[in-house]
Amino acid sequence: MITFESVTKRFADGTTAVDNVDLEVPEGDLTVLVGPSGCGKTTTLRMVNRMIEATSGRIVVDGRDVAQVDPPELRRRIGYVIQQTGLFPHRTIGENIATVPQLVGWDRRRTRDRVGELLELVGMPAEVRDRYPHQLSGGQRQRVGVARALAVDPPIMLMDEPFGAVDPIVRSRLQDEFLRLQQEVRKTIVFVTHDIDEAIKMGDRIAIFRQGGHLEQYAPPDELLAEPASDFVADFLGAERGLKRLALIPVSAVKAESGPVVTPDDPGQRAVAAAEAYGSDWVVVVDADRRLLGWVHAGEAAERGRVGDAEVRPFQLQVLAADSLRAALNAMVQSRTGVAVRVSDGDRYEGIVTMELLSKEIS
Amino acid sequence: MTDGPAPVLAAELIRWSWVGDHLDDIRGYLFQHVELTGLALLFGIVLAFPLALAAVRWPRLYGPILAFTGVLFTIPSLALFILLIPFTGLSIRTALIGLTIYTLLILVRNMVEGLRGVDRDVREAAQAMGFSATRQLFQVELPLALPVIMAGVRIATVTTIGLVTITALIGWGGLGRLFIDGFTLDFTTPIVVGIVLSAALAFAADLLLVAVQRQLTPWARSRRS
Amino acid sequence: MDVVGDVLRWLTDPLHWSGPGGIPARTLQHVWYSLVATGIAAAIALPIGIAIGHTGRGALLAVNLTNLGRAIPTLGIIILVFQLAGFGFIPVLVSLVALAIPPIVTNSYIGVRSVDRDVREAAEGMGMRGRQVLWQVELPVAMPLIMAGIRTSAVQVVATATLAAFVGLGGLGRYLIDGLSQRDLPQVVGGAILVALLSLITELLLGRVQALVVSRGLAERGADAAVRAKVEKAA
Repeated sequence: MITFESVTKRFADGTTAVDNVDLEVPEGDLTVLVGPSGCGKTTTLRMVNRMIEATSGRIVVDGRDVAQVDPPELRRRIGYVIQQTGLFPHRTIGENIATVPQLVGWDRRRTRDRVGELLELVGMPAEVRDRYPHQLSGGQRQRVGVARALAVDPPIMLMDEPFGAVDPIVRSRLQDEFLRLQQEVRKTIVFVTHDIDEAIKMGDRIAIFRQGGHLEQYAPPDELLAEPASDFVADFLGAERGLKRLALIPVSAVKAESGPVVTPDDPGQRAVAAAEAYGSDWVVVVDADRRLLGWVHAGEAAERGRVGDAEVRPFQLQVLAADSLRAALNAMVQSRTGVAVRVSDGDRYEGIVTMELLSKEIS
Repeated sequence: MTDGPAPVLAAELIRWSWVGDHLDDIRGYLFQHVELTGLALLFGIVLAFPLALAAVRWPRLYGPILAFTGVLFTIPSLALFILLIPFTGLSIRTALIGLTIYTLLILVRNMVEGLRGVDRDVREAAQAMGFSATRQLFQVELPLALPVIMAGVRIATVTTIGLVTITALIGWGGLGRLFIDGFTLDFTTPIVVGIVLSAALAFAADLLLVAVQRQLTPWARSRRS
Repeated sequence: MDVVGDVLRWLTDPLHWSGPGGIPARTLQHVWYSLVATGIAAAIALPIGIAIGHTGRGALLAVNLTNLGRAIPTLGIIILVFQLAGFGFIPVLVSLVALAIPPIVTNSYIGVRSVDRDVREAAEGMGMRGRQVLWQVELPVAMPLIMAGIRTSAVQVVATATLAAFVGLGGLGRYLIDGLSQRDLPQVVGGAILVALLSLITELLLGRVQALVVSRGLAERGADAAVRAKVEKAA
């Protein structure tokens, strides 16, 4: 656990970079520090491992005031990942990862095994250990940076825009993989970013900072989005706060409606009746095993006599129970039906998600 | 050549009276020094320019040019001058050619690096705006390459001023003659005068070139502060 | 004018290959002087350049030292020292060493300084102490430039030692100086060729040493650095 107690940082030229911050990062949580440039988030981060010394206040890590611990000793127990990785160009990947184990005196065998473990953990092939940083791509270097930080299995990690230096596609992948990793290892992490979307995606809690080092709000993402504490926070969260909230809620959280359902063998009249009862001009078509086939115009079905004789149009997008409501919204706007259809893993129809259901959920 | 126990460590380093008596000689040496330096630089710049342009235009030439100039640069200056003697005798031409070769080595490298260092985006923009190759070279690339080129000119100048003194061993030398005089007369004054004057000349030339550079690159001035 | 033939004859004359005035003896002398002078210069200059690079203090001196060195006429210094201290190995050595120090200081300084800030940050952030950062990170990464400085210096020493023959030092310079005063063209040209060869061999040999000493992870940096060191663009 990391606790900030009235921590302030004032630089020699008079600027206040961090202003009286009180913050507690629960053990095993990933807390994101986010805000515009000059808000002090990186300064705050770097005070934890004393790369910058606080002007006043206390930072307590796992029960000990960091000011009482010898800085190099402190740092060897904290993983540190920075945007440009800072991989040692003159050492192989394996040697890079082995840095802290060597510093704390592990024997060779243990170190070697650990390096192999870590490369696997971050999804890199074992041969990479004998290459040099300049031979790797940006994304690969970032992974190595994370592996290096995890080497001695520190309980705490500090990450400063670790995925900032790669393109959006690679970044998204790295974020996903890191979240998966965190599920496994459950470290206490302080993560700095300027990107609010990244913060919402990664953080168990988010701390929003304002220029001048003021902590504006510290809360879990859904609380933040639902109840921004100030105009600044609301602005920073962006105009599409509603959409962002939707991204956090799974489809399973709303009770899907059963909707108008028919099979291909049903007579067209059945389709008309179902549509009328539901209040739409279309119906969902499933097969005997309740697998989703698509939808038809009720009227067309009536004309053709049999549902299956009408044109069964596919749903471009379907959502699973685990997908977000935002994905459901996306599916909704892309279908003529105006609803999103929910299916199981095996394409079994599970129900309909409507706009009303969404609005009810977030209002 | 004196070959005995060390003389007293300089009772007097400079006998000003000697300086006063030999002002004309000193002036003469100084002029020769400036003349040799100036000519060597002039020829060097004039010759380096087309070579550098060729190296930029045909990158495959650059490797060999670099290697060749690298080799010449490694050879001790006295040796280089001497290797010219069979071709040009002990004339001033030998000194001049040798000095020019050295300025060439330094200048070609700096010119190429300077030109190459111009932002690709800038070059593309210029091309897209319709600059002809020659126009682009003189109006865009050269001005931007100027800082690096001037750095090379400065190094070449200071180096040449130093090398001129070496030519004293093959009969010329500018202020370097004072070293030989001091040696033959067993007298430190000329030597000290020679060292002080050539160092002063080097500093003065350097400062002058810095000023010239400032004048030629007004856009860099604000950044400098 | 069969200069080439005369020179070749001089070079292949067995008389010139034996005795204390012979080519092997003089070459050995020259190599010895150069080795000692470069070694001492490195021993003095490396700690200074590295310390300035590591702490950042005294940067002005380090950067300008080479320019200063270039402005001071080598021949003048050698002759002056001779006038003040007389003939002998030590006085000449002092001039050789003094003139060899600047490139090593400047290059070591730039080398250590140019270590990427992020690499240094990561090293400190992982818990390395100052000295560990220096030895395990900064020095290895700075090695290409440090070696470039030593190479430049060594080649310079070979050249300066050649000049020092003027005040009585042995070595290959003797052929040049004696040849000039005796107006002996084959000797002087032959000597010049030998000196040129020695310089080139020195440069190439140290290039090999550099390749061995510098980590493969820094490969492209090394070649670049050597070129840059030859013509230090920064002023």
